[in-house]
Amino acid sequence: MGLHLRILLSVVTSPTGELMTATTENTTHSHAPVAQAAQPAAQAHGQQHPIKLYLLVWGLLFFLSACSYLVDYFDFQGYLRWSLIVLFMLLKAGLIVAVFMHMAWERLALVVAILLPPLAVLVLMAMMAWEGDYTNYLRVIFFGA
Amino acid sequence: MTAEPVTTEHVTTETTLRSSLLGMVSDWSSDQRSFKSASWGKAMMWIFLVSDTFVFSCFLISYMTVRMSTTVEWPHPSEIFALEIGGKKIPLILIAIMTFDLITSSGTMAMAVNFAYARERRKAAILMLVTAFFGAAFVGMQAFEWTKLIHEGVRPWGNPFGAAQFGSSFFMITGFHGFHVSIGVIFLLIVARAVWRGDYDVGRRGFFTSRKGRYEIVEIMGLYWHFVDLVWVFIFAFFYLW
Repeated sequence: MGLHLRILLSVVTSPTGELMTATTENTTHSHAPVAQAAQPAAQAHGQQHPIKLYLLVWGLLFFLSACSYLVDYFDFQGYLRWSLIVLFMLLKAGLIVAVFMHMAWERLALVVAILLPPLAVLVLMAMMAWEGDYTNYLRVIFFGA
Repeated sequence: MTAEPVTTEHVTTETTLRSSLLGMVSDWSSDQRSFKSASWGKAMMWIFLVSDTFVFSCFLISYMTVRMSTTVEWPHPSEIFALEIGGKKIPLILIAIMTFDLITSSGTMAMAVNFAYARERRKAAILMLVTAFFGAAFVGMQAFEWTKLIHEGVRPWGNPFGAAQFGSSFFMITGFHGFHVSIGVIFLLIVARAVWRGDYDVGRRGFFTSRKGRYEIVEIMGLYWHFVDLVWVFIFAFFYLW
């Protein structure tokens, strides 16, 4: 997922040359972990990124929110509705985490520690979907609803 | 430890135990850190946010479970959250406004972090106040929404529109999220005041921790605020649009 976010970020930010330099600069840092141990990159540079990038992401979030609102406004139904909602939701979440929360510039150790555990939620979701479906089935059978 | 220790064996066990303990102490006190790009403050905020992710995930998954298992028709959020503006009913408009409001607050927060690191105190503090204003506006709109629904007869145990579980899911999920936003607004005001006064420049100690703060606190505050926005993205998709 972290990789996914990085790809997303590179797609989003390719028009701005400034960010690309910032990213490459960070990559050089991550290749020298020993030198960075005393003065971590985040503290030295303080996660300062061009305001232009924030405004771009802000605009994109507005656009994506408008898109998901239009899904409801035009009353799309079925799989088209659900896939569009999830697509816009994931794009928005990715942008917020990657840029606003600076995950794109953090080291992989942190990215993995933060983004992988929540995936366990998908297991719970699958189990509870199964359970909910079964409960519904029982209610239909025994209560004739 | 053996049941009947011989003297020499006992000495060896003791030294092994001692060296193990010393090893543990030196491990914990060594210059090791896993998150080399994040300070402890930032790392702890992230870990808190992960735990909060699980809390909200449980809420959304329980909502999914009750919605899947009920045989009664689920109320249509699109109609319930519609507002009449100029004699015309616009579906879900209040929720859309709340979404844009929260995104805007996230944008101003991100810029506040930037200005804080640039040591532009006034700009950073004003942007944080703007963020807090949008946050308070969000909570206000949520209060309006709750009032409207309660007047229409929506309760945690039932409602006139359909499945009874709608009310409990709605009040629990939006209530918990609104609580997070409210706490965020309070802390935004506290940090904005510290930035405005230049507490992090003169090394004034915080009233709560009695420690000197750094401008990184603005970024950590920002992490919390963006997380609140992030949770809303999921609530918007799963509760209001689904």
